[in-house]
Amino acid sequence: MLAEGLRKRFDKKPALDGVDLAVPAGTVCGLLGPNGAGKTTAVRILATLLRLDGGRAEVAGFDVAREAPRVRRQVALNGQQSTVDDVLTGKENLVMWGRLYHLSKRQASARADELLEQFGLTDAADKRAKHYSGGMRRRLDLASSFIMRPSVLFLDEPTTGLDPRNRGEVWREVKRVVAEGTTVLLTTQYLDEADQLADQIVVLDTGKVAAQGTPDQLKSKLGGDRIEVVVRTAEELPVVRDVLGPDAEVDSDGFRVSAAVVDRVAALTRVTSALAAKGVEAEDIALRRPTLDEVFLAITGHKAEVRA
Amino acid sequence: MSSATTVKFALVDSWVVAKRDLIHWLREPVRVFANLAYPIISVLIFGLVFGSAMNVFGGGDYIEFLLPGMFGQTIAFGVGTTLMMVSMDADRGVTDRFRASPMSQTGVVAGRSIADLVNSSLELLVLALCGLVIGWSFHDGLFNAMVAFALFLWLRFALVWVGIYLGLLVKPEAAQASWMFLFPLTMFANTFVSPELMPGWLRAVSEWNPLSSTVAAARELFGNPGVGGDSWAAQNSLLLAVLWPAVFVAIFWPLSVLKYRNLSR
Repeated sequence: MLAEGLRKRFDKKPALDGVDLAVPAGTVCGLLGPNGAGKTTAVRILATLLRLDGGRAEVAGFDVAREAPRVRRQVALNGQQSTVDDVLTGKENLVMWGRLYHLSKRQASARADELLEQFGLTDAADKRAKHYSGGMRRRLDLASSFIMRPSVLFLDEPTTGLDPRNRGEVWREVKRVVAEGTTVLLTTQYLDEADQLADQIVVLDTGKVAAQGTPDQLKSKLGGDRIEVVVRTAEELPVVRDVLGPDAEVDSDGFRVSAAVVDRVAALTRVTSALAAKGVEAEDIALRRPTLDEVFLAITGHKAEVRA
Repeated sequence: MSSATTVKFALVDSWVVAKRDLIHWLREPVRVFANLAYPIISVLIFGLVFGSAMNVFGGGDYIEFLLPGMFGQTIAFGVGTTLMMVSMDADRGVTDRFRASPMSQTGVVAGRSIADLVNSSLELLVLALCGLVIGWSFHDGLFNAMVAFALFLWLRFALVWVGIYLGLLVKPEAAQASWMFLFPLTMFANTFVSPELMPGWLRAVSEWNPLSSTVAAARELFGNPGVGGDSWAAQNSLLLAVLWPAVFVAIFWPLSVLKYRNLSR
């Protein structure tokens, strides 16, 4: 999958402003970014649902603008919303999509059984989807994308709104299909999701590529974990800053100091004993992972703007 | 792909999409009830409750006059069903999945039409049976009666396109509100009361209401009372019952296709 200088405007506001992507076959590319960064727009263009205003893109070797029907036979799209039909049973849902992908009745039924088995839904095959749990629906939705063993799969925020257990299940399925050779373009707002699944991460911000690299490269850019100390009085602040070192940042409320750390637990011990030695009794001391907001602060130099 | 396989897949796709809608309809008791019980209850209310107080302009039995009007209202309400289904599919991302799949794009809308026409045919059948029980009948032979039903379905087919266009235009919440407009539109017509008994301006509106043409043509073909009137529209109802839907199709078919294509704008 290849994209060069993708451009798209909505009502004269640029949604994508010259985005380049290169995803080698059989790998996972994670598109990370806040709402409104252009992730979904990029996916919709590559899945032939939106026309380009500029640039060019190739998916599975075909040009998305000139060879859309060919692209459609190679890709599957799994959008933010579930397209599972509640009134139909799990199996009927899959057979319907099989038929729409032009399998014969018998083939569609056989393929549906296979997928139900693979996605652990055999027991629920003849139950109507409305009685499925959130995770089961998501799995059924994913299964329906695999009917044709697509060479490219677009996953648009596949786990938004799922609980941790169900997220894990979805991740497992995605890893399985990638192992079978499918190329995946994944959009997500969650850093850990991109971390789990992606070989390569592209951070989008207001329609532009803000950063890209492997998850490890991006993390080291961010400086990894942070230690955070909450003080009781403003007088203790300078002491804590001294202990945490020159990179320490004071939060806007003036009681929270944090700094990047590399050696997690050792750093925690070091800071705790240093503070005790200086007679500072902190309100709270904790280690935490960088939040998505910090990723954006670090990469783009401004806070993530949340647009609906 | 050869044109023969294109046609074959268009047919298969239409049937798969239509089947999905028909299964929905069968499995959701509330919708079966709404679709079938509402017209039946209306026939009972208008026919048996209000009926005794109603006059048919030019004389005649009110139930005989009412049934073609009820057929017409049921058909017109169908536009609400189409609108709702189309806008829900678009909202839930089903339309996007269809568009990103290799399925025939004709299949999506053709399936919609088939499902809606089957649905409406059933409604007409139930209504007709109900009418026969309470005293309605057709008097000019089975062939004419079938032509009348065909005219209703022709109007329904035209309204499928209106529904598709509007459904792609609005969100499901707005689609729900369409009933507010549909209800008066089916009443400012010759469906329940002869336009001759209405005030002048409303009478003109009612006589030129496309629904009135189909209903008037059906009354004539069934041999039911309330036919005629001085206006050109009333006198040429049969012609207009064919023309009005054709006009709708001519306007809303291309608009729908354009709108569907512009989803990728």
